Amino acid sequence: MSQGVTMPPMRPVDVAVRQETESQTHETVFDIQGLQAGYGSNVAIKGVDLEIYRNVITAVIGPSGCGKSTFIRCLNRMNDEVPSFRHEGTILYHGVDLYGDGVEPVEVRRRIGMVFQKANPFPKTIYDNVAWAPRVLGLKKDLDERVEKALQSAALWDEVKDRLKRSALSLSGGQQQRLCIARAIAIEPEVLLLDEPASALDPIATQRIEELMQSLKQDYTIVIVTHNMQQAARVADRTAFFSIDSDEDGRYGVLVEYDETPKIFTAPSDRRTEDYVTGRFG
Amino acid sequence: MSAVPMTQELRGGRRLRDRFGDRLLLIVTSAAGLGAVVLIGFIAYKVIRGAHLALSTFGLPFVWHTAWDTNKNVFGAAPGLYGTAVTSLIALLIATPLALGIALFLSELAPRSLRLVVGSLVETLAAIPSVVLGLWGILVLGPFLADHVEPWLHNSFGFLPIFSGTPQSSGIFVAGVILAIMVVPIVASVCRELFLSVPPELEEGALALGATRWEMVRGVVLSSSRPGIGAAVILGLGRALGEAIAVTQVIGAGWFIRSSLFAPGDTLASRIAGQYQGAVSKLQIASLFYLAAILLVIGLLTNLLAQIVVKRFAFQRTGGS
Ligand SMILES: Nc1ncnc2c1ncn2[C@@H]1O[C@H](COP(=O)(O)OP(=O)(O)O)[C@@H](O)[C@H]1O
Ligand SMILES: [Mg+2]
Repeated sequence: MSQGVTMPPMRPVDVAVRQETESQTHETVFDIQGLQAGYGSNVAIKGVDLEIYRNVITAVIGPSGCGKSTFIRCLNRMNDEVPSFRHEGTILYHGVDLYGDGVEPVEVRRRIGMVFQKANPFPKTIYDNVAWAPRVLGLKKDLDERVEKALQSAALWDEVKDRLKRSALSLSGGQQQRLCIARAIAIEPEVLLLDEPASALDPIATQRIEELMQSLKQDYTIVIVTHNMQQAARVADRTAFFSIDSDEDGRYGVLVEYDETPKIFTAPSDRRTEDYVTGRFG
Repeated sequence: MSAVPMTQELRGGRRLRDRFGDRLLLIVTSAAGLGAVVLIGFIAYKVIRGAHLALSTFGLPFVWHTAWDTNKNVFGAAPGLYGTAVTSLIALLIATPLALGIALFLSELAPRSLRLVVGSLVETLAAIPSVVLGLWGILVLGPFLADHVEPWLHNSFGFLPIFSGTPQSSGIFVAGVILAIMVVPIVASVCRELFLSVPPELEEGALALGATRWEMVRGVVLSSSRPGIGAAVILGLGRALGEAIAVTQVIGAGWFIRSSLFAPGDTLASRIAGQYQGAVSKLQIASLFYLAAILLVIGLLTNLLAQIVVKRFAFQRTGGS
């Protein structure tokens, strides 16, 4: 993909005519094999195998409760914060087992950034929100430029450049979410994980986030969880569809189908995918 | 149209009932509020009346005069003010970091099973009657500080006047430490609530940026609770300023201002508690009331300060700049 930083206006959903992406030639960032994850004795996802490619936007879709958040939070070891969390299987990040011995969750999260469903700016100034992590990580050189660059990449600079010293809580919901994206990219991670980043936003703010993702794709590998299928169709190059399955282990999420986005939305190979994308299943 | 009078009647009835409920609520709440104000006013009146003789004899200079001479009948508040300020300061200097540590441990770091045990232990500390704590101060803490801590301070920091004196088992320093023990549970439990009220999303946000637990605590938990911590410390200060019994037991009752912290001293509260029973003249009693009036003013000001800090805190959390 050779997309410029400035995006053309948003296209309607026309996945069919979208060009085939070149993800086959892309380097693998995550190689996930036989991933099972859960909390206590409950299994949340089971038997997940997939590869996530570099500089590609990968969407994770599926009904609520199918384990999308659990899945994406495995990728930066955010689940380590939940005491009852446990998992099996391997997640290789550039060939390194993320859960292997000696791998520090702190280092993992520094390289794999995350933006949450609910915008969570710190109760600090706009500037300090973005500058906080660089300061903590010792990236204090040219901090002003770093902050400006991050805010510019997050398409927020023009709106806040005159009020960097104001509280971040004075921003609108959409602006807060872009601030959280700026905050994440200020430490130059390689991957951005977004867990339903627009689900609490109005359509205009959502559109801005989606445009932003297209422009970020050049520099970052993006994984976005969304329960909004149109959103996946609009922004993602590849889409993973999770669904709920059940057996003696209870109800848990499984990866049903993972392919190029146009294929998932126009010619899915699994019946469950088809039911879901055509709206026959909520 | 029979509906019109009907609804009017209904409305009237509703309004009556509302008016009654509202009025009851108003009466109850304003009675409670008024009661508090009346009580404070009554106490202040009694204290000032009690102090009247000293007020008319010494006037405002009483506040900065240092004498307390029952033979010559001259009295002044300065040593007590100094003792109150210094013991409270020592108490806060020791108690604040300790209480913050305990609160962080209980809210952020300790495994769930430990939280309950340690938490209730700390709260038990608050339940120890201060006279018992004072006894323990006389028997255990004072000698311990005089044998181990004060000599160490003296040897290491003896070049500072405050640590230059000879170690003693009762005095300003021991009183400060006793007060610290009384202040810790208050500050710790308020701060724990504060830290627990920091939204988990904020903590997750910091961790997701590659911050360590401690960096997260410092950058998000502590920094967003800062004004609340200030209010908690002021609350502890209020406790330290007014505590009389335990301080009387360990402070050594010396009405003078010495640079050495190990020396005996007195606080406003401990002097009142220590001398009221054995006062020999009307003027001495009036002077003790004068001390009480000063303490009351300090107490009210401290309370006001805490409220201002808390207001600012609420404002910050709701998104003001
Ligand atoms: N912190 C947690 N503790 C226990 N169970 C959880 C936790 N988070 C999620 N779950 C459970 O895991 C399952 C998957 O949830 P989640 O990953 O949030 O799904 P989704 O994001 O697709 O809605 C659900 O059954 C949910 O109740
Ligand atoms: Mg979710």
